[in-house]
Amino acid sequence: MLNLFQHLSQKILKRVQDDICLYLEFFSSKSKNRFTMKDQDNSNTISRRTFLRYAGSLAAFAGASAVLPGYALAGFGQPKRDVLTPKGPDNIIDLTIGHMSKDIDGKMGKAIGVNGSVPAPLIRMQEGQEVLIRVKNELEEDTSIHWHGILPPFQMDGVPNVSFDGIKPGTTFEYRYTLNQNGTYWYHSHSKLQEQFGHYGPLIVDPAGEDPVEYDREYPIVLSDFTFEDPYEVLENNIKMEGYYNYQRRDVGEFLSDVKKNGFGNAMEDYLDWGRMRMSATDLLDVTGATYTYLMNGHGPASNWNALFKPGEKVRLRFINAGAGTTAFDVRIPGLEMTVVHVDGQDVEPVPIDEFRIGIAETYDVIVEPKEEKPFTIFAESLDRSGYARGTLAPREGMLAAVPDLRPRPQRSHKDMGMIMHMGDMDMEGDGMKMKEMDHGDMDHGKMNHGDMKMPAMKETPVKHGPDKHGPGAAAIAQNQFNRLDEPGIGLGNDGRRVLTYSDLKKLEPNVDTRPPAREVELHLTGNMERYMWSFDGKQFHEVDSPLIFKHNERLRLILVNDTMMEHPIHLHGMWMELENGNGEYNPRKHTLMMQPAQRLSALITPRDKGRWAFHCHILYHMERGMFRVVQVEDENGSIYETGEDYG
Amino acid sequence: MNIGQTNFSIKLNILAIIVAFFATAISSTAQAQKAPEYNNDWLMDDQTLYFFMADRLEYNVNSGLNPVVFDAQGYIGKDLNKFWFKAEGEALTVETEGEMEFQGLYSRAISAYFDVQAGIRYDVAYTANTNQSRGFAVLGVQGLAPYLFEVDGSIAVSDAGDVSASFEAEYDFPITQRLWGQPRLETSAAVQEVPEWGVGSGLNNIGLGFRLRYEIVREFAPYVGISWNRKLGQTADFVRDEGGSASTLGLVGGVRMWF
Repeated sequence: MLNLFQHLSQKILKRVQDDICLYLEFFSSKSKNRFTMKDQDNSNTISRRTFLRYAGSLAAFAGASAVLPGYALAGFGQPKRDVLTPKGPDNIIDLTIGHMSKDIDGKMGKAIGVNGSVPAPLIRMQEGQEVLIRVKNELEEDTSIHWHGILPPFQMDGVPNVSFDGIKPGTTFEYRYTLNQNGTYWYHSHSKLQEQFGHYGPLIVDPAGEDPVEYDREYPIVLSDFTFEDPYEVLENNIKMEGYYNYQRRDVGEFLSDVKKNGFGNAMEDYLDWGRMRMSATDLLDVTGATYTYLMNGHGPASNWNALFKPGEKVRLRFINAGAGTTAFDVRIPGLEMTVVHVDGQDVEPVPIDEFRIGIAETYDVIVEPKEEKPFTIFAESLDRSGYARGTLAPREGMLAAVPDLRPRPQRSHKDMGMIMHMGDMDMEGDGMKMKEMDHGDMDHGKMNHGDMKMPAMKETPVKHGPDKHGPGAAAIAQNQFNRLDEPGIGLGNDGRRVLTYSDLKKLEPNVDTRPPAREVELHLTGNMERYMWSFDGKQFHEVDSPLIFKHNERLRLILVNDTMMEHPIHLHGMWMELENGNGEYNPRKHTLMMQPAQRLSALITPRDKGRWAFHCHILYHMERGMFRVVQVEDENGSIYETGEDYG
Repeated sequence: MNIGQTNFSIKLNILAIIVAFFATAISSTAQAQKAPEYNNDWLMDDQTLYFFMADRLEYNVNSGLNPVVFDAQGYIGKDLNKFWFKAEGEALTVETEGEMEFQGLYSRAISAYFDVQAGIRYDVAYTANTNQSRGFAVLGVQGLAPYLFEVDGSIAVSDAGDVSASFEAEYDFPITQRLWGQPRLETSAAVQEVPEWGVGSGLNNIGLGFRLRYEIVREFAPYVGISWNRKLGQTADFVRDEGGSASTLGLVGGVRMWF
């Protein structure tokens, strides 16, 4: 008992000391940072020049390689970073996972890297190749690699405790599989919180035939978040205190300005409403820029990742959100139209847009065609506007474009809470922001009238939630579930920019399985921000005693309902989800579905590969706190193994 | 007999080798690995959590008594079932006198926002020459009420059979992103009077406070505020009888911290 007390008091003392130090640092660096960034922006310091020269030679090297026609990796990270391609007759790639320190805008952080690099090196393979990837673990804990979006035999899927035993310290695991697909993917650890330490990287499978996407030059762009805190402490902080990292609450100042705009009665009603629901209108992301530095290809905003182009070229940018922690990014390149051509590794009909939101684990390939000899900023704001990652696309080394300001942080709406809007809300939306956000979806701008709550313009009557309240692990239940597929998401689409929505996605090639679904499986995304418990159907993973059974080669409809008021990127391993967005056989295939609050959507699935597959929210902390299930694809005998494999 | 046995075991060995050989051959051609059995106990969703918070640790400048007040609680346990402990009390700094209570509770989540708590409470009161204590059985409810009030209410039965109840509510609102206002209300009531503890029957007291805290970091926040406490009815009479005052108004300064 005395020991415990001593331990606790030591801990609190240390904590307070650390915190005071951090605080002092925070204050002194906050102002300093701004200056150094400006300095760099204007004077283009020597270190950046040297760096770019080096990057240029890397690009030349990569461009000269026959395997990588036209491929350039200018500035893709640090000296050790390169492109890994399968070598020798056995198509071998060697990866080593170990601790490293990572320089982020001049500050060193503790990281876990692959082959000494964060993000991990780009792996580039060929469709049809059988590859052998040897992964050596130099950590003192278990590790793993999951090939996100790749459909290997399930034992090669890399989820410890589900598909294999994990990679023990000091050992090497051999991943062997054949690539029956092509596209932009990524890979990452599936062990504990290792992803948050930087254990993720891009993976490209080049098509066996001709690529339907035309481009002269390409860059993978890995977006992620990094914290100098211990990620395990980040999780604890969220458990112990709701909104630990939220420094964008609606404070008294904001209340007063709302009073000014909307009148005291309306403002008061709105604030009381949120209070009554015990929810926060600013509950946007669990972990924010208060601790994160947002990275583009491993570079903080001040280090400005650089990519080159020649005017007139078609440049393919392969965006991957390896956000690891919790961050959804809103990406735009001011001055350039982007054409979305490829999503989650699948070619889609080109969609010209100005901006898109990328949920964690999603990938979006866009083509840009800069005609002018000038630089462009690639700008990726976090959903809650607490920070950004950025880089520069430029015709020459060392050019810089203006970096836009962060937009105001959006607010949750009643619709996010699964409530049908009443007039009280309309009165509130004096600032335009939330109003547009809210009326985007289910009502034709302003058509709604007072008396008619049926809302004639609503495309689809919202589905009512059933009687199940999902227990103490679920705080909010979306009483009404909305389609929302044509909504770009909170804070988007209200400033004249064309923003991609899920309804825009149409697969280039038709899906092969045209059978109608024989059965439906419905799962609800549930959570309790106060207790920081996350789950499906109110059950954390540890409460679920058996896997979800899918029959081998059956056709089923998976219905997902987001009962929470936050976004969740839901990832299903081992099979495609054909998102039912009204395009019939051209419904887009996704490995990760970014669910909006109070959204109800469905996807058709044909489980072609037997085995046990993970199914989870890709917000790392949500997964670890229980938003995880195992899907078991079995044949009529209940076996999860291929014929000839005598197990099970 | 012996020889026969040896022969037999040699045959068995050879058989084993052959079987092993084929087994190896089969498994290497299939190139498959046996996956782990389904298990659900490897995520961080069922871990033991701990929390300790000194919500109030303050010095109260009032009508000359100037007590040091502490109000701390914490837990060890899992998401839905926890051991919860609470400690609250005050000690005068101008003379030797103080009163404290300690609780050890089993806490179980009954809804998204509320825990029901049951356990024991132990009260201590002392002056320079007296010292007394008593025990209670406690049943309470703690959680976040609509409109974001942190509430904690309980009913207690003492070892002498005296029944009492207490209730606390706090509300936190951000004035800026780091500066918080916290109004606070506490009150208690008793069924039976317990003169030796200065407790009258009926409503005992009402306390109101307002604190302004600055979160240097979330875990560490110094604060200042005012605290007003008014003893009521019979309870007030007991205080007056001892020459005390039924109402105290004080300025407080302290720190809130947690880990």
